[in-house]
Amino acid sequence: MKLVESVLEPQFASIFDIEHVRADFPILKLQVDGKPLVYLDNAASSQMPQPVIDRLVRYQTTQHANINRGVHYLSETATAEYEESRRKLQRFINAREDREVIFTSGTTDAINLVMHGYGRKFIGAGDEIILTTLEHHSNIVPWQMLAEEKGARIRVVPINDAGELLVDEYEKLFNERTKFVGVMHVSNALGTINPIKSMIAFAHARGVPVLIDGAQAVPHMRVDVQDLDCDFYTFSGHKLCGPTGIGVLYGKANLLERMQPFKGGGDMILSVTFEKTTYNTIPHKFEAGTPPIAAAIGLGAAVDYLLAIGMDAIAAQELELLNYATEQISRVPGVRIIGTAAIKTAVLSFEVKGVHPHDIGTLLNQEGVAVRTGHHCVQPVMLRLKVPATTRASFAFYNTMAEVDIFIAGLRTVQKIFT
Amino acid sequence: MMNTKSKSLYQEVILDHNKKPRNYGTLDKASHHAVGHNPLCGDHLDIALNLDGERIDSIAFHGESCAICKASASMMTAVVKGKTRTDAETLIQEFRDMAIGQLNLDSHHHLGRLTVFAGVRDLPTRVKCAILPWHTLQAALNSVTTTSTEAEEDPMHAAIGDA
Repeated sequence: MKLVESVLEPQFASIFDIEHVRADFPILKLQVDGKPLVYLDNAASSQMPQPVIDRLVRYQTTQHANINRGVHYLSETATAEYEESRRKLQRFINAREDREVIFTSGTTDAINLVMHGYGRKFIGAGDEIILTTLEHHSNIVPWQMLAEEKGARIRVVPINDAGELLVDEYEKLFNERTKFVGVMHVSNALGTINPIKSMIAFAHARGVPVLIDGAQAVPHMRVDVQDLDCDFYTFSGHKLCGPTGIGVLYGKANLLERMQPFKGGGDMILSVTFEKTTYNTIPHKFEAGTPPIAAAIGLGAAVDYLLAIGMDAIAAQELELLNYATEQISRVPGVRIIGTAAIKTAVLSFEVKGVHPHDIGTLLNQEGVAVRTGHHCVQPVMLRLKVPATTRASFAFYNTMAEVDIFIAGLRTVQKIFT
Repeated sequence: MMNTKSKSLYQEVILDHNKKPRNYGTLDKASHHAVGHNPLCGDHLDIALNLDGERIDSIAFHGESCAICKASASMMTAVVKGKTRTDAETLIQEFRDMAIGQLNLDSHHHLGRLTVFAGVRDLPTRVKCAILPWHTLQAALNSVTTTSTEAEEDPMHAAIGDA
């Protein structure tokens, strides 16, 4: 069994007290049918630590009003806190300027924003958009809608059996019609970490902008958008220990300025008459209407929380979990891991010979273990790897080796039932 | 140790029908046929049957599905074979009611051993797995060739189409 090598600089990784961290997450104390909850569905949504919950409560109890409007105390406070959260997100991904951080409702919303704001303006008939086999439906469907509307064409980067992108094939897809590239940083179904930095450099050498779907990356590693040099980077709050209904679109300022607005409404305008509307500057141009203020502020607190632990420490802990879980599950006969990339995050997709994922999911749930079963919103991946569905255990830094043991024991119970 | 919910669902009889499904395969001669899909999980079931007048004289199924769905299909085909269309429709209705917890198991019903699926009512995400074969049987009897658990909110009362 090939284990993943650490991609970290070891001197940056520090050990944190796992029990101390777990104590921050009230939901982890939950019992499911009398069994302690073992939450291994973090790629679908992560749990929220008390400091983030407290921040939401503090906002609602002492700071809430609409932003960018009133001259009164609460409105000024809420506006200041909302913008402070934007700066926290800016620092979190090392964006050059805070106006490059657009609050959206999530990754899907962010990708749709780029499709409407950039795609509909700059991509036309006969143009080509490069996506990959690994993409989540949210980074496929918007571009299909655009391609249909404009008469553009989608080209797809293939993967190998391990679930790794074939970079040579990616490079061969480029031609003079190539106008856009969309790639996920980390595969939600398989955990593959894609070599996006070199893929971005290759596209840029041909004048093609690149969107990175970072929903599965930002919770698990340090991300530096300036270092990556991506043009757009998208992620969701609820996979980052933050609230649902909030996400981020990072975009380079010069691109965001040239884009057309996505949604029209209040806040995104400077002046409106029935003859002509002048749009506001970025980021406000893309934040029409009252945003999810509380969620945005909560996300800022989530980022504070993660940075206090340290993204490198988080990555180190999760790598240990992945290696241990991979080792343990490999000893269970009849189990095949789906997604064996050399470099991956703590995602373990697998199939058990003769047992349907839904039966595995239901029976693991009876042991208190929460996993995801199904096609994980990546039907093209399932089709390519010839599996109808998988069971997926996805880990977070607050998971423990003892939880891995419970999960593996549950899996053995499932097998016993089916033999 | 498994708890009571899973014990009541993953019983020996269900596991046995999953392992050795009855009437699994295709029919040479079929008067009615339908394919059922559960788009949420990608499972699909193909059911063919031959009506001799009002009586189901042969029935077969095949497809990709979980144990709950496969066992449900296996037991269903075993039970409806030889029965009239009307009897089958009664069973379809009773099974549906049981799966969603609306059948009083102490009242008079015709489900017999099919009550091993009663536990599914405690697992809302799995109700569709158990119902899919029955839904597909209903579609076949109504000569609708494809159906889906997502055709409408209540799969058994759905206006069935090319979902």
